[in-house]
Amino acid sequence: MIDVSGLTVRFSGITPIDDMSLVFPVGTCGLIGPNGAGKTTFFNVLSGFVKPVAGTITAFDQDLLKMADFRRARWGLRRTFQTEMAIEQLSVYDNVAMIHEHSGAKRSSRRSDVHTALEFVGLPIAPKTKVGVLNARERRLVELARAVVGEPRLVLLDEPAAGLPDEETAHLSQVIRKIPDAFGALTILVDHDMSLVSRCCATTAVLDFGKLIALGPTEEVLRDEQVIKAYLGTEEDVAPLDATEDE
Amino acid sequence: MSTAPAASPEAGARAPFGIERRLAIRAVVIAALLVFVLVPLPSLVGSDWLTTFSSTAIYAIVALGFGILYGRVGMISLGQVALLSVGVWIGARLAYGTGMPYPILLLATGALTCAVGTLVGLPSLRLSGLYLALITLMFAGATTIVLSVTDFPNGGGGFKGRSVTGALTTETPPVRRPSIAEGDVAFYRYIVIVAAIMFLLALIHVASKPGRAWASIRESEPAALAAGVNITFYKMWAFALASFMTGVAGCLFASQVGVPRVITFRTQDSLTLAATALIGGVFSLWGALVAAVFNQVLPFLFQAEWGIDTNFLLIIFGVGLLQVLLTAPGGLAQQFPRDVANLGRFVLRGIRSLRRPKGERP
Repeated sequence: MIDVSGLTVRFSGITPIDDMSLVFPVGTCGLIGPNGAGKTTFFNVLSGFVKPVAGTITAFDQDLLKMADFRRARWGLRRTFQTEMAIEQLSVYDNVAMIHEHSGAKRSSRRSDVHTALEFVGLPIAPKTKVGVLNARERRLVELARAVVGEPRLVLLDEPAAGLPDEETAHLSQVIRKIPDAFGALTILVDHDMSLVSRCCATTAVLDFGKLIALGPTEEVLRDEQVIKAYLGTEEDVAPLDATEDE
Repeated sequence: MSTAPAASPEAGARAPFGIERRLAIRAVVIAALLVFVLVPLPSLVGSDWLTTFSSTAIYAIVALGFGILYGRVGMISLGQVALLSVGVWIGARLAYGTGMPYPILLLATGALTCAVGTLVGLPSLRLSGLYLALITLMFAGATTIVLSVTDFPNGGGGFKGRSVTGALTTETPPVRRPSIAEGDVAFYRYIVIVAAIMFLLALIHVASKPGRAWASIRESEPAALAAGVNITFYKMWAFALASFMTGVAGCLFASQVGVPRVITFRTQDSLTLAATALIGGVFSLWGALVAAVFNQVLPFLFQAEWGIDTNFLLIIFGVGLLQVLLTAPGGLAQQFPRDVANLGRFVLRGIRSLRRPKGERP
C-alpha cells in the first residue's frame, strides 16, 4: 500500500503536482491523465529525482521521501522509463542481473531469480544475446524483467507499451497484470493506452494539471464525466502552453 | 556482435552453443597470440623492433585505461598519456629512492598514480563531454609544464636526488629492471606478461558487477540511479582502475627506457592516444591493442623504416578518426572482423557462381 498525502511539486512558476492525496491499495493500479498532468513527475518524486515542496509518501509503512535516491532500489523500488532504457552493450541476462546485484537480494539466488524473471515476461531470446540486436518489443520485455527481479515492492511502469503495435500490447498486458500475484509488488502503470490500463488495473487514478480528479475502480473512472472532459478538453478548460511536460 | 536476433524459441536455444564456441575460439586465439609474441617473436626481430613492441605493450595498457573510461562508462579523458608520465616519474623516483622488489614497485607506482588519477577524475562527477575533455586536457598540459620545470627525470640517489644535466653517472644509473628480467628480451617478455595481466584485470571488471554498473551509467544516469547504482562510487572506481593500470605502465616504461626524458611525453600525445583508441575501438579490449599498434608501430615504421616525417601520422589519424566516427563507431576492433566476414562471404559467393554451369543460370 502506498499513501500519498498533500504532495506538491513546484518548479519555477509551474506546479506539476498540486496538493495530491491518494492511496494506492494492493494490486496493479493505473495512473492516467492528459499530457502534462504530472504522471511522470509523480514517478520522479517516487524515484527521488524530484524533491517535493510539501507532502508525504508512506510506502509499506516507510517514509519514502526520507530515503536516498540510490537506496530506493535496494528497498524494492523498480521503474521503467518512457523511452526504453535497456542497456545495449550488455546481454539480456546481464541487463537483469545488474538490477539484482544492486537490489539487496541474495547473490546465491541470482541465476535462478534472473531466469525466473525472464520466463515470467515470456522473452523468447537466449539470455546471452546482446540487447543491442533486439527489437523494440523484446527490449520492452527486458525492461519488464528488470522491473520485477530481486524482490520488488513497488513497480513503476511509465508507458511500457509506448511505440508498440496493438497485438504486442496484449501480451504485455497479460504480463503486467500478473506482477502483483507473482512477485507481491504493488504496480503502478502510467499509459495513454486506455485498453491497456483497463485490462491491467482494478484501480485507476486520474490526474489533470497536477490535481487528482478521480480515483476508483477503473471501469467507473473511465466513465466519469470529469475524466472524459479532461481528456477531450472543453472551451473553458484550455490547457495553458507552459504546463505541457515533455511527454 | 554479429549474433542475429533469435526470432523463435528454438533459435534462442541454439544460440548459447554458438556463443560458447565463439568464446572457446577466442581463448585459443588469445593464447596462440600470447605464446607467439612471448616465445618466437623476440628472436625474429632486431633490437629496435623489440623496443617498439615493448612500448606497444605499454601503450596498450594506457589505451585500455582510456577504453574503460570512455567505452565503458562514457567519461572522456584527454590526459591519459600525461598520467602515464606521472607514472613514469613516480616509478623512477621510487626505483631510485627505495630497494623494494620490482613487483612491489609496480604495485606501489600503480597505487600512487591511482590516487593522482582519481583526483583528476573528480570533476567527472559533475562534468561530462566537452567540459570533462577540457579539464583533463588542462591536466595534461599542467603535467607537461611541471615535469619540464623540475628537469624530469633528474635521477639521483634517494627520492630527491637531482642531476640537472640528465647524463648517466654512477650516481644516476638507468632506472632498474626486475632482477629476473635485466636483459632487453627478458624485460620485453616481462612487459608483455604484465600487460596481459592488466588486460585480464580489465576483462574481469568488465564481465562482472562493476562492468554492468558502468554500462548502465553509460546508457543513462537516471536509469542507473533508479536501478540503485551508486554512480559516484562506480565512476571513481573506473578512474581508479584506469589510473592504476596507467601507473603500472608508467613504471614499466621508466625501466624500459632506463633514462626517461620529458620530451617523450608531449601534451598532444594524450590527444593522439585518444584518437588512436577511438580508431582501434573503445568498446572492445582488442581495440586497445590496435590503438597501441597505431600509436607506436606506425611512427616507428614511418621514421626508422621509411624515413617519413612522423607528423604526417597526425593527418592519417585525423582522417582515420573521421572515417571511424562516421562509418564504424565500434572502431577497427569491431569493423575489421565484419569486413573479413563480408569479404569471405563475397569470395564464397563468387566461387559458387563460377562453379555453376552457365546454362543453369536463370
